[in-house]
Amino acid sequence: MPSEYTVEPHIQYASLEHQGDSAQDCMWVFLATETVFFGAIIFTYFLYRVFYSAEFDVAGKDAVFWCGSVNIGILLTSSLTMVLAVNSGAQGRRRAMIWWLIATMALGFIFMAVKGYEYYQDFTDRVVPAVNFLMKPEEAPAGELFWDFYWIATALHAIHLTIGLALIAYVLLWRIRRGEITPEYYQPLEVIAIYWSFVDTVWLFLYPSIYLLGRS
Amino acid sequence: MSVEAAQPADFAQPSYLDSGHTIRSWLLTTDHKRIAMMFLASITFWFFIGGMAATLVRLSLATPDGLLQPDIFNRAFTMHGIIMVWLFLIPSIPATLGNFFVPIMIGAHDLAFPRLNLLSLYVFNLSGLVVLYAVLLGGVDTGWYFYTPYSTLYSNSYVFAAAMAIFINGYSSILTGLNFVVTVHKLRAPGMTWSRLPLFVWAIYAVSVVMLLATPALAMDMILLGADRIMGLGMFDPSRGGDPLLWQHMFWFYSHPAVYIMILPGMGVVSEVISCYSRRPIFGYGGMATSMMAIAVLGFFVWAHHMFTAGISIYSAVVFSLMSFVVGVPSAIKVFNWTVSLHKGSIIFDAPMIYAIGFILLFTIGGLTGLMLATLAVDIHVHDTYFVVAHFHYIMVGGAVSAFFAGLHYWWPKITGRLYPEAVARFTALLTFVGFNVTFFPQFVLGYLGMPRRYYAYPPQWQSWNVLSSAGASILAVAYALPLFYLGWSLLYGKRAGPNPWGATGLEWTTPSPPPEHNFAVTPVVTLGPYSYDPEDGSYRTQDGTHYAL
Repeated sequence: MPSEYTVEPHIQYASLEHQGDSAQDCMWVFLATETVFFGAIIFTYFLYRVFYSAEFDVAGKDAVFWCGSVNIGILLTSSLTMVLAVNSGAQGRRRAMIWWLIATMALGFIFMAVKGYEYYQDFTDRVVPAVNFLMKPEEAPAGELFWDFYWIATALHAIHLTIGLALIAYVLLWRIRRGEITPEYYQPLEVIAIYWSFVDTVWLFLYPSIYLLGRS
Repeated sequence: MSVEAAQPADFAQPSYLDSGHTIRSWLLTTDHKRIAMMFLASITFWFFIGGMAATLVRLSLATPDGLLQPDIFNRAFTMHGIIMVWLFLIPSIPATLGNFFVPIMIGAHDLAFPRLNLLSLYVFNLSGLVVLYAVLLGGVDTGWYFYTPYSTLYSNSYVFAAAMAIFINGYSSILTGLNFVVTVHKLRAPGMTWSRLPLFVWAIYAVSVVMLLATPALAMDMILLGADRIMGLGMFDPSRGGDPLLWQHMFWFYSHPAVYIMILPGMGVVSEVISCYSRRPIFGYGGMATSMMAIAVLGFFVWAHHMFTAGISIYSAVVFSLMSFVVGVPSAIKVFNWTVSLHKGSIIFDAPMIYAIGFILLFTIGGLTGLMLATLAVDIHVHDTYFVVAHFHYIMVGGAVSAFFAGLHYWWPKITGRLYPEAVARFTALLTFVGFNVTFFPQFVLGYLGMPRRYYAYPPQWQSWNVLSSAGASILAVAYALPLFYLGWSLLYGKRAGPNPWGATGLEWTTPSPPPEHNFAVTPVVTLGPYSYDPEDGSYRTQDGTHYAL
């Protein structure tokens, strides 16, 4: 029976609760660094957007609007399923926890598939700087900057999402299978959920910056 | 000074050095003390590699025409900067002494995340390997600041490899900082309140905050620079709409706080040493802790003082000049408090104390010349001259490196269980101070006379000052090589140290020397603040409340 498996705190902690709280703090502090990390590129993007608002508006209209819009819906839903998984874990409903996690992973994969299709569209639209790029006369010379930031920011976001998927796979295939996530100690799952929600939040900022600005 | 005392008897556990003798027990350890020792080995290696590059620079500048080819000269000073900043100074005190002593000083059995700590070591060494790769292929010639568009468009050197090394290196800093912040918040022993934390722990905490909030910006800078360089994106190329000044803003947004990453831990070490070797409580503990946090915060708002002549608006220059003066206030508070702590103390001029007093003197000179540079009008005159070079070497070498050696000597008996030879260590500390001043004081003069930095040749009338500086550098080289020999000797032949050879008060001195694997058999209970030295009768109390008559 998995529920008989007991987890001992590491030597530096007084209790499992102490250890779990520390792990959560670790993730919050790490996300503070991630905020600065993504903040830096969003800041530079907006700086150039202010310099070249007309050119960026033209360039931004080539972004595949429906892909970004569908994806924000998918990611926000995945945050919900993730929270439901944590909630089920906290209440000891193991089966529900596993299914909500699988649903979260599925939504993550759908996001990546849509994103991949969007990248393919971008390639055929010739908006891939340094690889396949055609400058339109009305966006010269700065329109390419929009796409530089688009590619770097969305690629970094996709890398973060991939790490999130790997973490969910780890918690499913390792921690939960061994019965290490219990109502007494579900923080490893909660830490991953906090990370997952952060990755969604990044998209919450990237989506209006890339797809909505200049379309009205 | 050496206090004889038996090892605490309640300990049957072997020391951290004896808890395993295989290579695997070191390479896969999660013990913060072993990881600290491996960090020490790595940064010592890089200190001497970076020092060799500096030697090349000083050798070349001994003659007005320069001994090195201009291109080689550029690569030598660039590699000196990159290696010394990221592979020595940034990790120097936090990753070695901080890693070793922060958990022990707060009464914890390990850091909060020992495996992350080990990961931090390997991430650091990976970045070192990438730097080695860049050096072996021919190095980088852009300066350690990679100013665009030179670094992205024109430089014919290994910019991409260096940028990736710095990106990787940043994550080592972030992991270390993450560990310290959570450890200090979560793992303090019972009774170890925030107002009882030793100032060294406060310093490491402050520096961790800076590492966490500044380094990610550098990581993003390096991604943009690397992408621009490898794919020719033109993000900083004016002909394609990019802004080269944006790079300078982004770079200094990290790299000015990075200066505080280098100096703050030194301030922590010096606070411990000054108090112990003058046998008095540190003056103004609250002011000391607050001023360290103030430096950490204010350090984020001064970055554009590197760019006064780069074409930023006069209004922003005035604000950044003002902020640079403001950051001088907490720094001055610290210097005054150290000085007052010495007043009426029984000062013992052992090696750590000589390094620490050297730190205060050199940091003061470096700080005051920093205020000169923060003055807009003066900066126009001395910008990009040797005055700037001398100023920041007074902070980073005279300050940070002196503090590193102070801490290394102070805690050496605890780390190794052996006393270092005091006489030769005192001589070395004095030699460091002399060699340092002979090297760098002439550079203030040269800079004020107008000698620009990063030039491989100069007019002959400046040769005597340059020869003096190069001569000083050779003294400094000897002074930096000596500890390698006598500390190494002491590992084998040094007198065995008791648990508390200096009669100091921190919790680390209540453990055996060297400490066992999990530091304490029983979690200590803290009843006192950190510096309970009685200047009247020379007695002292360790933080667990035990009273010792000296």
